[in-house]
Amino acid sequence: MDVRVRALQTLLTDKGYVDPAALDRIIETYETEVGPHNGAKVVARAWSEPAYRAWLLRDATAAIADMGYSGRQGEHMVVVPNTETIHNMVVCTLCSCYPWPVLGLPPVWYKSAPYRSKAVMDPRGVLSDFGVSVSADVTFRVWDSTAEIRYLVLPLRPSGTEGWTQEQLAQLVTRDSMIGTGLPLRAQELGVTA
Amino acid sequence: MNGVHDMGGMQGYGPVQPESHEPVFHAPWERQALALTVAMGATGQWNIDQARSARESLPPQRYLQNSYYQIWLDALENMMVARGLASHEEFTSGQVTQPGVPTVKPLPRAKVDAALAQGTSAERPVRQPARFVEGQRVRAHNQHPMGHTRLPRYVRGHVGTVVKVHGVHVLPDRHAAAVQGVDSNEGEWLYAVVFDARELWGPAADPQVQVSVDAWESYLAPLESAA
Repeated sequence: MDVRVRALQTLLTDKGYVDPAALDRIIETYETEVGPHNGAKVVARAWSEPAYRAWLLRDATAAIADMGYSGRQGEHMVVVPNTETIHNMVVCTLCSCYPWPVLGLPPVWYKSAPYRSKAVMDPRGVLSDFGVSVSADVTFRVWDSTAEIRYLVLPLRPSGTEGWTQEQLAQLVTRDSMIGTGLPLRAQELGVTA
Repeated sequence: MNGVHDMGGMQGYGPVQPESHEPVFHAPWERQALALTVAMGATGQWNIDQARSARESLPPQRYLQNSYYQIWLDALENMMVARGLASHEEFTSGQVTQPGVPTVKPLPRAKVDAALAQGTSAERPVRQPARFVEGQRVRAHNQHPMGHTRLPRYVRGHVGTVVKVHGVHVLPDRHAAAVQGVDSNEGEWLYAVVFDARELWGPAADPQVQVSVDAWESYLAPLESAA
């Protein structure tokens, strides 16, 4: 594949269709700048500021743009909050739609047949594939990203984090907890003392 | 098209296999595959629904065997050939045999950040009121178009409830069939519709599972009232 793709890049450059410096910048952006640390900051702020949380649930695109995250594959954002009785999970059964500005590029498993086929039929089983379980009385709500709406899960704030700063809280927010295939880290897993 | 890409509810693919400490890219070529796909998309020779259509039109065996970036590359090459921008011989040799089409303007380095931060809105002007409201029961059409569509097979014919009116968005079925990247600027109301798992998968399904899809107005019919 390396040879094939190098040839393709040379060809498209020689034809005048792509600027190699632009390609490098695109790679740099998604490899080093945009990633789940963005989403984690959004979640930590929502956990800390009730007014921000309300804005995020009402108009996620604008509230997320307020943090500086916008654009490609996040043009139309919706945030779905977990509660004590509802666990949300996000999938794209038809391709690989994923909220890039807040989570970066999707992991391989997100684009794989096992996840895309199973999430809408057996989300509880998907969670156990990740070694995670939730209480039996929790209802699963699975969001299949069939349009240009991109979904982000707002996980429940872990207990024992009263008085934590947003920077500390953000460290608890895993990528998978914002897809719904995981939960945030527990306070004691981070070793922060308030 | 009822393709292998429409995977919701298929069985036998085995467990999801998460990777711990997964890298963003697994090989150098994946970086290039992403960048070339994004950069060529920015030239406006096709829209996102045409790109999706090209990916899901790959031979099913190839779609299932390949990694996602390989699927992207195959589709990228096919779209370029279909539009006369390059030939399969050129892809094989890496040598230019036909000069580039001069109207295709590359995305310059200086415009990358702005292009990524802006993205491409799918919203379109509102021309008429929404037909459905939140809380309304609707049935997804049982339809099997040959072209591109975003109504997954697993909800067709089933009854759900509108939980959110998203706005007026470009209709993928029509967008994919547009000439080049140009569409008519006509949209359609888009809704989040929630289905009970037992409605989709039968009485043995988990009663505590609900599945939402985003569905355009022409995918849905109002449920006739029983009264």
